[in-house]
Amino acid sequence: MNKKIYLDHAATTPTKIEVVEAMLPYFTEKFGNPSSIYEFSGQNKEAIEESRELVAKAIGANEREIFFTSGGTESDNWAILGIAESYKTKGNHIITTTIEHHAVLHTCEYLEKNGYEVTYLKVDKDGRVNPNDLKEAIKETTILISIMLANNEIGTVQPIEELGTIAKAAGVLFHTDAVQGVGHVPIDVNAMHIDLLSISGHKLYGPKGIGALYVRKGIKLRSFIHGGGQEKKRRGGTENVPAIVGFGKAIELAITSMEAESNRQADLRDYLIEQVLEKIPHCRLNGHRDFRLPNNANFSFEFIEGESLLIMLDMKDICASSGSACTSGSLDPSHVLLGIGLPHEIAHGSLRISLGEQNTKEEMDYLIESLMVIVARLREMSPLYEDYMKKQAKIER
Amino acid sequence: MYTKKVMDHFQNPRNMGEIEHASGVGTVGNAKCGDIMRIYLDIEDDIIKDVKFKTFGCGAAVATSSMATELVKGKTVKEAMEVTNKAVMEALDGLPRAKVHCSLLAEEALQAALWDYAKKNGIVIEGLEEPKPFEEHEEEEEEF
Ligand SMILES: Cc1ncc(COP(=O)(O)O)c(C=O)c1O
Ligand code: FES
Repeated sequence: MNKKIYLDHAATTPTKIEVVEAMLPYFTEKFGNPSSIYEFSGQNKEAIEESRELVAKAIGANEREIFFTSGGTESDNWAILGIAESYKTKGNHIITTTIEHHAVLHTCEYLEKNGYEVTYLKVDKDGRVNPNDLKEAIKETTILISIMLANNEIGTVQPIEELGTIAKAAGVLFHTDAVQGVGHVPIDVNAMHIDLLSISGHKLYGPKGIGALYVRKGIKLRSFIHGGGQEKKRRGGTENVPAIVGFGKAIELAITSMEAESNRQADLRDYLIEQVLEKIPHCRLNGHRDFRLPNNANFSFEFIEGESLLIMLDMKDICASSGSACTSGSLDPSHVLLGIGLPHEIAHGSLRISLGEQNTKEEMDYLIESLMVIVARLREMSPLYEDYMKKQAKIER
Repeated sequence: MYTKKVMDHFQNPRNMGEIEHASGVGTVGNAKCGDIMRIYLDIEDDIIKDVKFKTFGCGAAVATSSMATELVKGKTVKEAMEVTNKAVMEALDGLPRAKVHCSLLAEEALQAALWDYAKKNGIVIEGLEEPKPFEEHEEEEEEF
Protein backbone atom coordinates (compact mmCIF):
# COMPACT_ATOMS: atom_id res chain seq x y z
CA MET A 1 0.00 0.00 0.00
CA ASN A 2 1.58 3.28 -0.93
CA LYS A 3 -1.09 5.88 -0.44
CA LYS A 4 -1.69 7.72 2.78
CA ILE A 5 -4.29 6.13 5.05
CA TYR A 6 -6.13 8.83 6.92
CA LEU A 7 -7.69 7.57 10.16
CA ASP A 8 -8.10 10.82 12.06
CA HIS A 9 -11.54 12.03 11.01
CA ALA A 10 -12.36 13.11 14.56
CA ALA A 11 -9.64 15.74 14.17
CA THR A 12 -10.93 16.94 10.83
CA THR A 13 -12.31 15.63 7.54
CA PRO A 14 -11.45 16.42 3.93
CA THR A 15 -13.86 18.88 2.36
CA LYS A 16 -15.98 17.05 -0.20
CA ILE A 17 -15.59 18.02 -3.85
CA GLU A 18 -19.34 18.75 -4.11
CA VAL A 19 -18.98 21.05 -1.14
CA VAL A 20 -16.04 22.91 -2.63
CA GLU A 21 -17.92 23.26 -5.91
CA ALA A 22 -20.94 24.69 -4.14
CA MET A 23 -18.69 27.21 -2.40
CA LEU A 24 -16.58 28.40 -5.32
CA PRO A 25 -19.01 30.84 -6.99
CA TYR A 26 -19.35 32.71 -3.70
CA PHE A 27 -15.70 33.74 -3.80
CA THR A 28 -15.84 35.15 -7.31
CA GLU A 29 -18.97 36.12 -9.22
CA LYS A 30 -21.29 35.94 -6.19
CA PHE A 31 -19.03 37.92 -3.89
CA GLY A 32 -21.59 40.53 -2.82
CA ASN A 33 -22.23 41.50 0.77
CA PRO A 34 -25.48 39.81 1.82
CA SER A 35 -26.60 43.00 3.57
CA SER A 36 -26.41 45.13 0.44
CA ILE A 37 -29.56 46.26 -1.23
CA TYR A 38 -28.99 45.34 -4.89
CA GLU A 39 -30.39 42.19 -6.34
CA PHE A 40 -27.12 40.25 -6.85
CA SER A 41 -26.24 40.53 -3.17
CA GLY A 42 -29.73 39.65 -2.13
CA GLN A 43 -29.19 36.24 -3.66
CA ASN A 44 -26.44 35.64 -1.13
CA LYS A 45 -28.86 36.29 1.68
CA GLU A 46 -31.04 33.59 0.17
CA ALA A 47 -28.11 31.20 -0.02
CA ILE A 48 -27.44 31.76 3.69
CA GLU A 49 -31.06 31.10 4.54
CA GLU A 50 -31.05 27.90 2.49
CA SER A 51 -28.06 26.66 4.45
CA ARG A 52 -29.77 27.61 7.67
CA GLU A 53 -32.73 25.45 6.71
CA LEU A 54 -30.47 22.51 5.90
CA VAL A 55 -28.71 22.78 9.27
CA ALA A 56 -32.02 23.10 11.10
CA LYS A 57 -33.44 20.08 9.31
CA ALA A 58 -30.43 17.95 10.27
CA ILE A 59 -31.26 18.25 13.97
CA GLY A 60 -35.04 18.65 13.84
CA ALA A 61 -34.97 22.37 14.63
CA ASN A 62 -36.60 25.43 13.08
CA GLU A 63 -34.36 27.58 10.90
CA ARG A 64 -35.03 30.57 13.10
CA GLU A 65 -33.24 28.71 15.90
CA ILE A 66 -29.94 28.34 13.99
CA PHE A 67 -27.10 30.88 14.35
CA PHE A 68 -23.93 30.58 12.28
CA THR A 69 -20.62 30.84 14.17
CA SER A 70 -16.95 30.29 13.42
CA GLY A 71 -17.10 26.68 14.59
CA GLY A 72 -17.57 24.31 17.48
CA THR A 73 -15.36 26.25 19.86
CA GLU A 74 -17.24 29.50 19.39
CA SER A 75 -20.61 27.76 19.69
CA ASP A 76 -19.57 26.19 23.00
CA ASN A 77 -18.22 29.49 24.29
CA TRP A 78 -21.31 31.39 23.27
CA ALA A 79 -23.76 28.88 24.71
CA ILE A 80 -22.07 28.71 28.09
CA LEU A 81 -20.95 32.32 28.54
CA GLY A 82 -24.19 33.61 27.07
CA ILE A 83 -26.48 31.61 29.33
CA ALA A 84 -24.28 32.31 32.35
CA GLU A 85 -24.71 36.01 31.79
CA SER A 86 -28.31 36.09 30.63
CA TYR A 87 -29.52 33.95 33.54
CA LYS A 88 -27.29 35.21 36.32
CA THR A 89 -30.20 36.66 38.25
CA LYS A 90 -31.61 33.15 38.46
CA GLY A 91 -28.43 31.48 39.69
CA ASN A 92 -24.73 30.87 39.21
CA HIS A 93 -24.42 27.10 39.08
CA ILE A 94 -23.47 25.09 35.99
CA ILE A 95 -23.21 21.34 35.61
CA THR A 96 -20.90 19.67 33.11
CA THR A 97 -18.66 16.58 32.99
CA THR A 98 -14.96 15.86 33.43
CA ILE A 99 -14.59 14.60 29.84
CA GLU A 100 -15.84 17.57 27.83
CA HIS A 101 -13.85 19.16 25.04
CA HIS A 102 -11.57 21.98 26.17
CA ALA A 103 -13.90 24.45 24.46
CA VAL A 104 -16.39 23.64 27.24
CA LEU A 105 -13.99 22.90 30.10
CA HIS A 106 -11.86 26.01 29.74
CA THR A 107 -14.98 28.16 29.37
CA CYS A 108 -16.33 26.70 32.61
CA GLU A 109 -13.01 27.29 34.34
CA TYR A 110 -13.12 30.89 33.19
CA LEU A 111 -16.58 31.25 34.71
CA GLU A 112 -15.38 29.73 37.97
CA LYS A 113 -12.85 32.54 38.23
CA ASN A 114 -15.72 34.96 37.78
CA GLY A 115 -18.04 33.94 40.56
CA TYR A 116 -19.77 30.94 39.06
CA GLU A 117 -19.89 27.50 40.59
CA VAL A 118 -19.32 24.50 38.35
CA THR A 119 -20.00 20.83 39.10
CA TYR A 120 -17.98 18.40 37.00
CA LEU A 121 -19.85 15.11 36.87
CA LYS A 122 -17.66 12.04 36.86
CA VAL A 123 -18.24 9.38 34.22
CA ASP A 124 -18.09 5.60 34.58
CA LYS A 125 -15.27 3.43 33.24
CA ASP A 126 -16.86 3.49 29.79
CA GLY A 127 -17.24 7.26 29.79
CA ARG A 128 -20.99 7.44 30.43
CA VAL A 129 -22.70 9.89 32.77
CA ASN A 130 -25.02 8.32 35.31
CA PRO A 131 -28.37 10.13 34.96
CA ASN A 132 -28.91 9.84 38.72
CA ASP A 133 -25.71 11.81 39.32
CA LEU A 134 -27.14 14.58 37.19
CA LYS A 135 -30.40 14.54 39.10
CA GLU A 136 -28.57 14.83 42.39
CA ALA A 137 -26.30 17.63 41.22
CA ILE A 138 -29.14 19.97 40.24
CA LYS A 139 -29.78 22.76 42.77
CA GLU A 140 -31.94 25.85 43.14
CA THR A 141 -29.18 27.91 41.57
CA THR A 142 -28.46 25.67 38.57
CA ILE A 143 -28.90 27.59 35.33
CA LEU A 144 -27.22 25.35 32.75
CA ILE A 145 -26.32 21.73 32.12
CA SER A 146 -23.72 21.16 29.40
CA ILE A 147 -23.00 17.55 28.46
CA MET A 148 -21.44 16.46 25.18
CA LEU A 149 -23.41 14.18 22.92
CA ALA A 150 -20.41 12.09 21.88
CA ASN A 151 -16.85 12.21 23.10
CA ASN A 152 -14.15 13.16 20.62
CA GLU A 153 -11.50 10.85 22.06
CA ILE A 154 -13.18 7.66 23.21
CA GLY A 155 -16.34 7.96 21.11
CA THR A 156 -18.74 7.27 23.97
CA VAL A 157 -22.28 8.48 23.24
CA GLN A 158 -24.23 9.81 26.24
CA PRO A 159 -27.86 8.96 27.07
CA ILE A 160 -28.77 12.44 25.85
CA GLU A 161 -32.52 11.98 25.75
CA GLU A 162 -32.58 10.77 29.34
CA LEU A 163 -30.33 13.62 30.47
CA GLY A 164 -32.42 16.13 28.53
CA THR A 165 -35.57 14.84 30.15
CA ILE A 166 -34.06 15.31 33.60
CA ALA A 167 -32.99 18.86 32.73
CA LYS A 168 -36.43 19.68 31.41
CA ALA A 169 -38.19 18.29 34.48
CA ALA A 170 -35.95 20.43 36.68
CA GLY A 171 -36.50 23.50 34.53
CA VAL A 172 -32.79 23.87 33.74
CA LEU A 173 -31.46 24.70 30.26
CA PHE A 174 -29.61 21.88 28.53
CA HIS A 175 -26.68 22.44 26.15
CA THR A 176 -24.92 19.68 24.27
CA ASP A 177 -21.69 19.80 22.29
CA ALA A 178 -22.72 17.63 19.33
CA VAL A 179 -19.67 18.41 17.20
CA GLN A 180 -18.71 14.74 16.94
CA GLY A 181 -22.28 13.48 16.74
CA VAL A 182 -23.99 15.39 13.94
CA GLY A 183 -23.95 13.38 10.74
CA HIS A 184 -23.03 10.19 12.58
CA VAL A 185 -25.92 9.54 14.94
CA PRO A 186 -29.56 10.66 14.64
CA ILE A 187 -30.34 13.83 16.59
CA ASP A 188 -33.67 15.47 17.29
CA VAL A 189 -33.53 18.48 19.55
CA ASN A 190 -37.20 18.22 20.49
CA ALA A 191 -37.32 14.51 21.25
CA MET A 192 -34.04 14.85 23.19
CA HIS A 193 -35.08 18.02 25.03
CA ILE A 194 -31.99 19.91 23.93
CA ASP A 195 -32.09 23.70 24.36
CA LEU A 196 -28.71 24.59 22.87
CA LEU A 197 -26.51 22.52 20.56
CA SER A 198 -23.06 23.11 19.04
CA ILE A 199 -22.11 21.94 15.53
CA SER A 200 -18.89 22.29 13.53
CA GLY A 201 -18.56 22.17 9.74
CA HIS A 202 -15.15 20.57 9.33
CA LYS A 203 -16.05 17.38 11.19
CA LEU A 204 -18.67 16.51 8.59
CA TYR A 205 -16.75 17.05 5.35
CA GLY A 206 -17.45 20.78 5.29
CA PRO A 207 -15.01 23.68 5.50
CA LYS A 208 -13.10 24.69 8.63
CA GLY A 209 -13.95 27.82 10.59
CA ILE A 210 -17.71 27.51 10.27
CA GLY A 211 -20.29 26.05 12.63
CA ALA A 212 -23.60 26.75 14.21
CA LEU A 213 -25.31 27.11 17.54
CA TYR A 214 -28.89 25.96 17.87
CA VAL A 215 -30.81 28.05 20.41
CA ARG A 216 -34.33 26.96 21.27
CA LYS A 217 -36.97 29.58 20.56
CA GLY A 218 -37.71 31.72 23.59
CA ILE A 219 -34.31 31.41 25.24
CA LYS A 220 -32.60 34.66 26.14
CA LEU A 221 -29.07 34.51 24.86
CA ARG A 222 -26.98 37.62 24.82
CA SER A 223 -25.21 38.71 21.63
CA PHE A 224 -21.80 37.20 21.28
CA ILE A 225 -20.17 39.53 18.81
CA HIS A 226 -21.36 43.10 18.81
CA GLY A 227 -21.51 44.79 15.45
CA GLY A 228 -23.88 44.87 12.54
CA GLY A 229 -27.32 43.36 12.39
CA GLN A 230 -26.25 39.94 11.11
CA GLU A 231 -27.64 36.78 12.69
CA LYS A 232 -30.51 38.75 14.22
CA LYS A 233 -28.00 41.09 15.86
CA ARG A 234 -26.70 38.25 18.00
CA ARG A 235 -23.50 37.75 16.06
CA GLY A 236 -22.34 40.74 14.12
CA GLY A 237 -19.94 40.70 11.19
CA THR A 238 -20.32 40.12 7.45
CA GLU A 239 -21.26 36.49 6.98
CA ASN A 240 -18.70 34.00 5.70
CA VAL A 241 -20.95 33.21 2.76
CA PRO A 242 -18.82 30.57 0.99
CA ALA A 243 -18.29 28.67 4.26
CA ILE A 244 -21.97 28.88 5.19
CA VAL A 245 -22.96 27.55 1.77
CA GLY A 246 -20.38 24.76 2.03
CA PHE A 247 -21.50 23.90 5.55
CA GLY A 248 -25.11 23.63 4.37
CA LYS A 249 -24.14 21.39 1.48
CA ALA A 250 -21.95 19.21 3.69
CA ILE A 251 -24.58 18.70 6.36
CA GLU A 252 -27.18 17.88 3.72
CA LEU A 253 -24.91 15.22 2.20
CA ALA A 254 -24.01 13.86 5.64
CA ILE A 255 -27.62 13.44 6.70
CA THR A 256 -28.62 11.85 3.38
CA SER A 257 -25.95 9.17 3.63
CA MET A 258 -25.92 8.89 7.42
CA GLU A 259 -27.71 5.62 7.89
CA ALA A 260 -25.86 3.64 5.23
CA GLU A 261 -22.49 5.21 6.00
CA SER A 262 -22.80 4.79 9.77
CA ASN A 263 -23.61 1.13 9.36
CA ARG A 264 -20.71 0.61 7.00
CA GLN A 265 -18.25 2.37 9.30
CA ALA A 266 -19.58 0.59 12.37
CA ASP A 267 -18.89 -2.73 10.66
CA LEU A 268 -15.31 -1.68 9.89
CA ARG A 269 -14.93 -0.42 13.45
CA ASP A 270 -16.19 -3.68 14.94
CA TYR A 271 -13.88 -5.68 12.72
CA LEU A 272 -10.94 -3.54 13.75
CA ILE A 273 -11.76 -3.75 17.46
CA GLU A 274 -12.24 -7.48 17.37
CA GLN A 275 -9.02 -8.11 15.47
CA VAL A 276 -6.85 -5.79 17.53
CA LEU A 277 -8.07 -7.19 20.84
CA GLU A 278 -7.54 -10.71 19.57
CA LYS A 279 -4.15 -10.25 17.94
CA ILE A 280 -2.38 -7.87 20.28
CA PRO A 281 -1.87 -8.92 23.90
CA HIS A 282 -2.09 -6.45 26.80
CA CYS A 283 -4.44 -4.17 24.97
CA ARG A 284 -7.80 -2.68 25.91
CA LEU A 285 -10.61 -0.83 24.22
CA ASN A 286 -11.43 2.57 25.73
CA GLY A 287 -14.98 3.89 25.68
CA HIS A 288 -18.27 2.03 25.67
CA ARG A 289 -18.46 -1.09 23.51
CA ASP A 290 -21.97 -0.36 22.19
CA PHE A 291 -22.83 3.26 22.97
CA ARG A 292 -20.09 4.64 20.79
CA LEU A 293 -19.66 6.61 17.58
CA PRO A 294 -19.74 4.37 14.51
CA ASN A 295 -16.37 5.71 13.39
CA ASN A 296 -14.36 5.63 16.63
CA ALA A 297 -12.02 3.03 18.09
CA ASN A 298 -9.70 3.92 20.96
CA PHE A 299 -7.13 1.45 22.29
CA SER A 300 -4.53 1.41 25.04
CA PHE A 301 -1.46 -0.73 24.57
CA GLU A 302 0.34 -1.45 27.80
CA PHE A 303 4.07 -0.76 28.16
CA ILE A 304 4.33 1.59 25.20
CA GLU A 305 3.97 5.30 24.64
CA GLY A 306 1.59 6.95 22.19
CA GLU A 307 3.82 9.45 20.43
CA SER A 308 6.34 6.81 19.44
CA LEU A 309 3.45 4.71 18.21
CA LEU A 310 2.11 7.59 16.10
CA ILE A 311 5.48 8.33 14.52
CA MET A 312 5.91 4.67 13.60
CA LEU A 313 2.42 4.57 12.12
CA ASP A 314 3.22 7.72 10.19
CA MET A 315 6.27 5.98 8.76
CA LYS A 316 3.83 3.41 7.40
CA ASP A 317 1.68 6.25 5.98
CA ILE A 318 -1.05 5.87 8.59
CA CYS A 319 -2.40 9.05 10.21
CA ALA A 320 -3.98 8.61 13.65
CA SER A 321 -3.87 10.33 17.03
CA SER A 322 -3.18 9.64 20.69
CA GLY A 323 -4.09 10.90 24.13
CA SER A 324 -0.53 10.46 25.32
CA ALA A 325 1.14 13.18 27.36
CA CYS A 326 4.05 13.39 24.97
CA THR A 327 1.84 14.47 22.08
CA SER A 328 -0.11 17.07 24.01
CA GLY A 329 2.71 19.41 24.85
CA SER A 330 1.33 19.74 28.38
CA LEU A 331 3.02 16.61 29.80
CA ASP A 332 -0.32 15.39 31.10
CA PRO A 333 -2.11 12.54 29.43
CA SER A 334 -5.61 13.18 28.13
CA HIS A 335 -8.14 14.29 30.74
CA VAL A 336 -10.66 12.00 29.08
CA LEU A 337 -8.57 8.88 29.58
CA LEU A 338 -7.80 9.89 33.16
CA GLY A 339 -11.52 10.67 33.54
CA ILE A 340 -12.48 7.07 32.78
CA GLY A 341 -10.02 5.97 35.46
CA LEU A 342 -7.03 4.86 33.41
CA PRO A 343 -3.71 5.04 35.26
CA HIS A 344 -1.14 7.43 33.77
CA GLU A 345 1.05 4.82 32.15
CA ILE A 346 -1.89 3.12 30.41
CA ALA A 347 -3.34 6.44 29.23
CA HIS A 348 0.11 7.08 27.82
CA GLY A 349 -0.12 4.23 25.34
CA SER A 350 -3.39 5.18 23.76
CA LEU A 351 -4.34 5.31 20.10
CA ARG A 352 -7.43 6.88 18.56
CA ILE A 353 -8.60 5.63 15.19
CA SER A 354 -11.47 7.61 13.66
CA LEU A 355 -12.84 6.32 10.39
CA GLY A 356 -14.28 8.15 7.43
CA GLU A 357 -16.15 7.64 4.22
CA GLN A 358 -13.08 6.67 2.21
CA ASN A 359 -11.75 3.95 4.52
CA THR A 360 -11.89 0.32 3.48
CA LYS A 361 -11.52 -3.13 4.99
CA GLU A 362 -8.16 -3.54 3.23
CA GLU A 363 -6.95 -0.49 5.11
CA MET A 364 -8.10 -2.02 8.39
CA ASP A 365 -6.11 -5.15 7.60
CA TYR A 366 -3.05 -3.08 6.81
CA LEU A 367 -3.51 -1.14 10.05
CA ILE A 368 -3.87 -4.30 12.12
CA GLU A 369 -0.78 -5.83 10.54
CA SER A 370 1.23 -2.65 11.07
CA LEU A 371 0.07 -2.34 14.66
CA MET A 372 1.15 -5.87 15.47
CA VAL A 373 4.67 -5.17 14.23
CA ILE A 374 4.97 -1.70 15.77
CA VAL A 375 3.59 -2.60 19.18
CA ALA A 376 5.94 -5.61 19.38
CA ARG A 377 8.87 -3.41 18.36
CA LEU A 378 8.11 -0.71 20.93
CA ARG A 379 7.66 -3.31 23.65
CA GLU A 380 11.04 -4.70 22.80
CA MET A 381 12.38 -1.21 23.56
CA SER A 382 10.36 -0.73 26.73
CA PRO A 383 11.89 -1.07 30.19
CA LEU A 384 8.37 -1.54 31.57
CA TYR A 385 7.83 -4.55 29.34
CA GLU A 386 11.22 -5.95 30.34
CA ASP A 387 10.28 -5.69 34.01
CA TYR A 388 6.91 -7.27 33.33
CA MET A 389 8.41 -10.20 31.44
CA LYS A 390 11.02 -10.80 34.13
CA LYS A 391 8.34 -10.80 36.77
CA GLN A 392 6.25 -13.27 34.79
CA ALA A 393 9.28 -15.55 34.44
CA LYS A 394 9.84 -15.39 38.21
CA ILE A 395 6.22 -16.28 38.91
CA GLU A 396 6.40 -19.24 36.55
CA ARG A 397 9.51 -20.61 38.22
CA MET B 1 8.76 18.78 14.16
CA TYR B 2 11.87 16.63 14.70
CA THR B 3 15.22 17.04 12.94
CA LYS B 4 16.52 14.44 10.47
CA LYS B 5 18.99 13.18 13.06
CA VAL B 6 16.29 12.71 15.67
CA MET B 7 14.17 10.79 13.19
CA ASP B 8 17.15 8.69 12.19
CA HIS B 9 17.89 7.72 15.79
CA PHE B 10 14.23 7.06 16.40
CA GLN B 11 13.91 4.81 13.37
CA ASN B 12 17.24 3.08 13.82
CA PRO B 13 18.01 3.27 17.50
CA ARG B 14 21.64 2.44 18.29
CA ASN B 15 22.43 0.15 21.18
CA MET B 16 18.88 -0.77 22.04
CA GLY B 17 18.61 -3.76 24.31
CA GLU B 18 19.93 -4.99 27.65
CA ILE B 19 23.21 -6.25 29.07
CA GLU B 20 23.17 -9.23 31.38
CA HIS B 21 25.42 -8.85 34.41
CA ALA B 22 26.02 -5.19 33.56
CA SER B 23 28.60 -3.21 35.54
CA GLY B 24 25.99 -0.55 36.15
CA VAL B 25 22.30 -0.05 35.45
CA GLY B 26 20.37 3.18 35.84
CA THR B 27 16.63 3.68 35.54
CA VAL B 28 15.06 7.11 35.70
CA GLY B 29 11.64 8.51 35.05
CA ASN B 30 10.02 11.83 34.46
CA ALA B 31 7.30 11.87 37.08
CA LYS B 32 5.29 14.36 35.10
CA CYS B 33 5.09 12.95 31.61
CA GLY B 34 5.55 9.42 32.95
CA ASP B 35 8.36 8.43 30.63
CA ILE B 36 11.02 5.95 31.72
CA MET B 37 14.56 5.32 30.53
CA ARG B 38 17.06 2.63 31.47
CA ILE B 39 20.75 2.49 30.57
CA TYR B 40 23.09 -0.51 31.01
CA LEU B 41 26.87 -0.10 31.11
CA ASP B 42 29.59 -2.68 30.68
CA ILE B 43 32.78 -1.11 32.02
CA GLU B 44 36.23 -2.66 31.95
CA ASP B 45 39.40 -0.88 33.06
CA ASP B 46 37.54 2.42 33.25
CA ILE B 47 36.44 2.09 29.61
CA ILE B 48 32.79 1.79 28.58
CA LYS B 49 33.04 -1.37 26.51
CA ASP B 50 29.38 -1.69 25.86
CA VAL B 51 26.20 0.22 26.53
CA LYS B 52 22.52 -0.51 25.93
CA PHE B 53 19.27 1.28 26.59
CA LYS B 54 15.54 0.76 26.86
CA THR B 55 13.03 3.58 26.75
CA PHE B 56 9.33 3.97 27.33
CA GLY B 57 8.66 7.39 25.93
CA CYS B 58 8.22 9.76 23.06
CA GLY B 59 10.24 10.00 19.87
CA ALA B 60 12.66 12.46 21.44
CA ALA B 61 13.16 10.20 24.44
CA VAL B 62 14.08 7.28 22.20
CA ALA B 63 16.39 9.40 20.06
CA THR B 64 18.18 11.03 23.01
CA SER B 65 18.80 7.71 24.71
CA SER B 66 20.11 6.25 21.47
CA MET B 67 22.42 9.24 20.93
CA ALA B 68 23.60 9.24 24.55
CA THR B 69 24.66 5.61 24.27
CA GLU B 70 26.49 6.31 21.06
CA LEU B 71 28.33 9.25 22.61
CA VAL B 72 29.65 7.25 25.56
CA LYS B 73 30.53 3.99 23.86
CA GLY B 74 34.28 3.35 24.00
CA LYS B 75 34.85 6.37 26.22
CA THR B 76 36.36 6.56 29.69
CA VAL B 77 34.14 7.10 32.68
CA LYS B 78 35.46 10.63 32.98
CA GLU B 79 34.60 11.37 29.35
CA ALA B 80 31.16 9.90 29.83
CA MET B 81 30.58 12.40 32.62
CA GLU B 82 30.81 15.14 30.00
CA VAL B 83 27.86 13.78 28.04
CA THR B 84 25.23 16.19 29.27
CA ASN B 85 21.74 16.72 27.92
CA LYS B 86 23.09 19.74 26.04
CA ALA B 87 25.70 17.61 24.34
CA VAL B 88 23.08 15.06 23.37
CA MET B 89 20.75 17.75 22.03
CA GLU B 90 23.52 19.33 19.99
CA ALA B 91 24.49 15.99 18.54
CA LEU B 92 20.87 15.59 17.42
CA ASP B 93 20.76 19.07 15.82
CA GLY B 94 18.35 20.27 18.47
CA LEU B 95 14.95 19.37 19.92
CA PRO B 96 11.64 21.22 20.07
CA ARG B 97 11.34 23.26 23.26
CA ALA B 98 8.66 21.04 24.76
CA LYS B 99 11.04 18.10 24.36
CA VAL B 100 14.10 19.40 26.19
CA HIS B 101 13.11 17.48 29.31
CA CYS B 102 13.40 14.25 27.33
CA SER B 103 17.12 14.85 26.82
CA LEU B 104 17.52 15.47 30.54
CA LEU B 105 16.17 12.01 31.08
CA ALA B 106 19.02 10.62 28.96
CA GLU B 107 21.64 12.47 31.02
CA GLU B 108 20.06 11.30 34.25
CA ALA B 109 19.83 7.68 33.12
CA LEU B 110 23.48 7.69 32.15
CA GLN B 111 24.53 9.18 35.47
CA ALA B 112 22.33 6.78 37.38
CA ALA B 113 24.05 3.87 35.62
CA LEU B 114 27.47 5.35 36.43
CA TRP B 115 26.42 5.80 40.06
CA ASP B 116 25.35 2.16 40.21
CA TYR B 117 28.72 1.12 38.76
CA ALA B 118 30.62 3.27 41.26
CA LYS B 119 28.61 1.96 44.17
CA LYS B 120 29.12 -1.68 43.18
CA ASN B 121 32.86 -1.15 42.87
CA GLY B 122 33.34 1.12 45.86
CA ILE B 123 34.81 3.96 43.82
CA VAL B 124 34.09 7.65 43.69
CA ILE B 125 33.48 9.39 40.35
CA GLU B 126 34.33 13.04 40.50
CA GLY B 127 31.33 15.31 40.05
CA LEU B 128 28.78 12.49 40.18
CA GLU B 129 25.81 12.97 42.46
CA GLU B 130 23.45 10.36 43.77
CA PRO B 131 20.49 10.07 41.43
CA LYS B 132 17.02 10.78 42.66
CA PRO B 133 15.44 7.51 43.71
CA PHE B 134 13.27 6.05 41.00
CA GLU B 135 9.89 4.84 42.11
CA GLU B 136 9.00 1.62 40.45
CA HIS B 137 5.35 0.86 40.00
CA GLU B 138 5.90 -2.43 41.79
CA GLU B 139 2.80 -4.18 42.94
CA GLU B 140 2.95 -6.53 45.89
CA GLU B 141 4.52 -9.86 45.09
CA GLU B 142 1.81 -12.44 44.94
CA GLU B 143 1.81 -15.11 47.61
CA PHE B 144 1.62 -18.71 46.48
C1 LIG C 1 -16.29 17.65 20.89
C2 LIG C 1 -15.71 18.83 20.21
N1 LIG C 1 -16.14 20.07 20.54
C3 LIG C 1 -15.62 21.17 19.95
C4 LIG C 1 -14.64 21.08 18.99
C5 LIG C 1 -14.11 22.34 18.36
O1 LIG C 1 -14.63 22.55 17.11
P1 LIG C 1 -13.95 23.62 16.12
O2 LIG C 1 -12.66 23.00 15.68
O3 LIG C 1 -14.92 23.77 14.99
O4 LIG C 1 -13.77 24.87 16.87
C6 LIG C 1 -14.17 19.82 18.62
C7 LIG C 1 -13.10 19.69 17.61
O5 LIG C 1 -11.92 19.55 17.90
C8 LIG C 1 -14.71 18.67 19.25
O6 LIG C 1 -14.28 17.46 18.93
S1 FES D 1 10.11 11.97 27.55
FE1 FES D 1 8.12 12.63 27.99
S2 FES D 1 7.59 13.87 26.37
FE2 FES D 1 9.51 13.09 25.84
